[in-house]
Amino acid sequence: MTSALGKDLLDLESLTPDQIRLVLDTAVPFKEISERAIKKVPALRGQTIVNLFFEASTRTRISFEFAEKRLSADTVSIASSGSSVQKGETLVDTARNLEAMRIDMVVIRHGASGAARFLADRIESNVINAGDGTHEHPTQGLLDLLTLRDHFGSLEGLRVCIVGDVLHSRVARSNIWGLKKMGAEVAVCGPKSLLPYSIADFGVTVFSRVEEAIEWAQALNILRLQLERMHAGYIPSLREYNRVFGVSRERLERATHDVLILHPGPMNRGVEIDSDVADGPHSVILNQVTNGVAVRMAVLYLLAGGRPELAEAAKGGGER
Amino acid sequence: MPQTPRDLLLRGGHVIDPASGRDEVTDVLLRDGRVEATGRGLGAPDGAEVLDCDGAFVAPGFIDVHCHLREPGREDVETIATGARAAAAGGFTAICAMPNTEPVTDNQAAVGFIIRQAMRAAAARVHPIGAISVGQKGESLAEFGEMVAAGAVAVSDDGRPVVSAHLMRTALEYAQTFGIPVIDHCEELTLAQGGSMNEGIVSARLGLKGIPSEAEEIMVIRDILLARRTGGHVHLAHMSTKGSVELIRWGKERGINVTAEVTPHHLTLTEQEVEGYRTAAKMNPPLRTAEDVEVLREALRDGTIDLVATDHAPHHYDAKDREFADAPFGIVGLETALALVVTELVDGGVIDFRTLVDRMSTRPARLFHLPGGTLAARTPADVTVFDPKVGWEVDPATFLSKGRNTPYSGRKLRGRARFTIVAGRLVHRADDAK
Repeated sequence: MTSALGKDLLDLESLTPDQIRLVLDTAVPFKEISERAIKKVPALRGQTIVNLFFEASTRTRISFEFAEKRLSADTVSIASSGSSVQKGETLVDTARNLEAMRIDMVVIRHGASGAARFLADRIESNVINAGDGTHEHPTQGLLDLLTLRDHFGSLEGLRVCIVGDVLHSRVARSNIWGLKKMGAEVAVCGPKSLLPYSIADFGVTVFSRVEEAIEWAQALNILRLQLERMHAGYIPSLREYNRVFGVSRERLERATHDVLILHPGPMNRGVEIDSDVADGPHSVILNQVTNGVAVRMAVLYLLAGGRPELAEAAKGGGER
Repeated sequence: MPQTPRDLLLRGGHVIDPASGRDEVTDVLLRDGRVEATGRGLGAPDGAEVLDCDGAFVAPGFIDVHCHLREPGREDVETIATGARAAAAGGFTAICAMPNTEPVTDNQAAVGFIIRQAMRAAAARVHPIGAISVGQKGESLAEFGEMVAAGAVAVSDDGRPVVSAHLMRTALEYAQTFGIPVIDHCEELTLAQGGSMNEGIVSARLGLKGIPSEAEEIMVIRDILLARRTGGHVHLAHMSTKGSVELIRWGKERGINVTAEVTPHHLTLTEQEVEGYRTAAKMNPPLRTAEDVEVLREALRDGTIDLVATDHAPHHYDAKDREFADAPFGIVGLETALALVVTELVDGGVIDFRTLVDRMSTRPARLFHLPGGTLAARTPADVTVFDPKVGWEVDPATFLSKGRNTPYSGRKLRGRARFTIVAGRLVHRADDAK
């Protein structure tokens, strides 16, 4: 059975606007489940899911686990420490072993770009990319789209700027593809040493000064700056990064309009984002986290062959 | 060679020998391991074997100056024997083996081992290339003189670029005593660090760290300038960028002793091949852009780039069946090179057959001072007879090389070796050849 999304969710680059819209629309009814006293529906009862995390992650892993449990799936989470990965097992052997255990779905987070696709090409289970290297993080992109759509009503023509380390960011790539497919205008802003060489070929506007980006944008998606970028020589210091590219209340107040603030987390307060911005009135950072569970429920449901028009009913009974 | 081979009469082929200017349908007689005579209607001496060359080209044997035979060290991946047989099947009468073996080929005993293994294999000739530095470590010079005396034809630190400009300068100076080229793999390591494909839109989309063109070009110009300073012969391996071609052209115009090679894959494929994280398309230098391919083709045509070399790099299939960034660089090339050049460059209208022979035989022999490269009388009978029109489909399972790692699997090509003859001995005959 091929779902409306296909077998796997590996990236947003290859999704159609209709498929993206479908996930967002399906996520809406699922949001309500998390507001109930008993946060559980039987939509994925009997399905087995493995969360395979080869890279440390708290937020994404927990978000997936809640999404799975709220849909009544049977789940196992494997972190790279303590598994056979530590003993040097190859990814292809890991894939074969999962296949032999007849797993229905695999959620994979891996440090190598293309790892999710590598797995998907080799097993029949549905594979969901929970972040592969510096390639894509499609569920993060989808939850960002949902959060923006919740706030603005539509993504068409919306001006969104992604600020920070685009070069190493899988969140940035998924956002660029997702936003552009939904008709938004996309810009990036950051030190040129942290932008891909061919960034303009993505069809995005490039700002070298964050003040210009703020003036242009209706929403900023502020990326986490990894400390190791400083040691690798991409930027001189976190202090100077904050001074030149940090999103501060002072900078936002200089803009002639309000700017919505997103951040995929975890935040480095005082580096890429100041606390009074993160905690300020225009921040939707916690809405993103809430939407993350709903979007992941929608993706799991759709990949399992759930019919989108029955998502509303799935909330209530066992209808699938 | 074991014993005196039978006389061979190559009948009715189109002989192309740029070194002697011959370009006509005629017969060639090989005797005692040498070219005996060339002329129309030569009679077959008693006991001679007549090889039907009708419809084929008869060329001085092809020579590949850049391949990796993995022996000693990784005999599970390739051996000197399997590599030499794969070469013969691909129409090569001689190949040069890079020194990145385990242990490194950096002394006369190691060079002698390769020569002995090649004699046993009795297929294509194998000319060892010695390391520039002891252990390929880039610190102190290896013993060029003893390695050359044992049979080495060039020196190179191969995939380990010579980081120290001082060491490169010294190598270019010292090598002149022995009249051998110094081969460099041009890669500025701090720029290329961690990269696994060309830096551009494809690498940005796939989230793979890119290797910019400049990582190659910076070392190309450094080596050219050091060749100018020293007068030594620098040979630049596997050129991949437009900028490198411009720099080589600059050097040649000034009479600097620089030569260069290009691989069939850099002449025929672009970075697009990496789409889908195909490790079969992962090589170093990486596949570049269509514009680079265009410029490399033109450079091979006009002679700015002197020759075609395969950079044959077999790997175990396990090693390539993994995450892209972790997979090793390199593809096999000995059994597809001729057909790729025929199909893409000759049939593609870039070069003619005479140029093909010049770039795959005449020039490699001349620049590396190797036997062969001509069909003049009394020269060694190293001959490649090839069909320009025979079509076939690349099926790695049929390779004689142990390596199966090729991005050309399933590709339909034209051109293949009908007969490969080394020192007057037939080392390869196509299945349907008479």
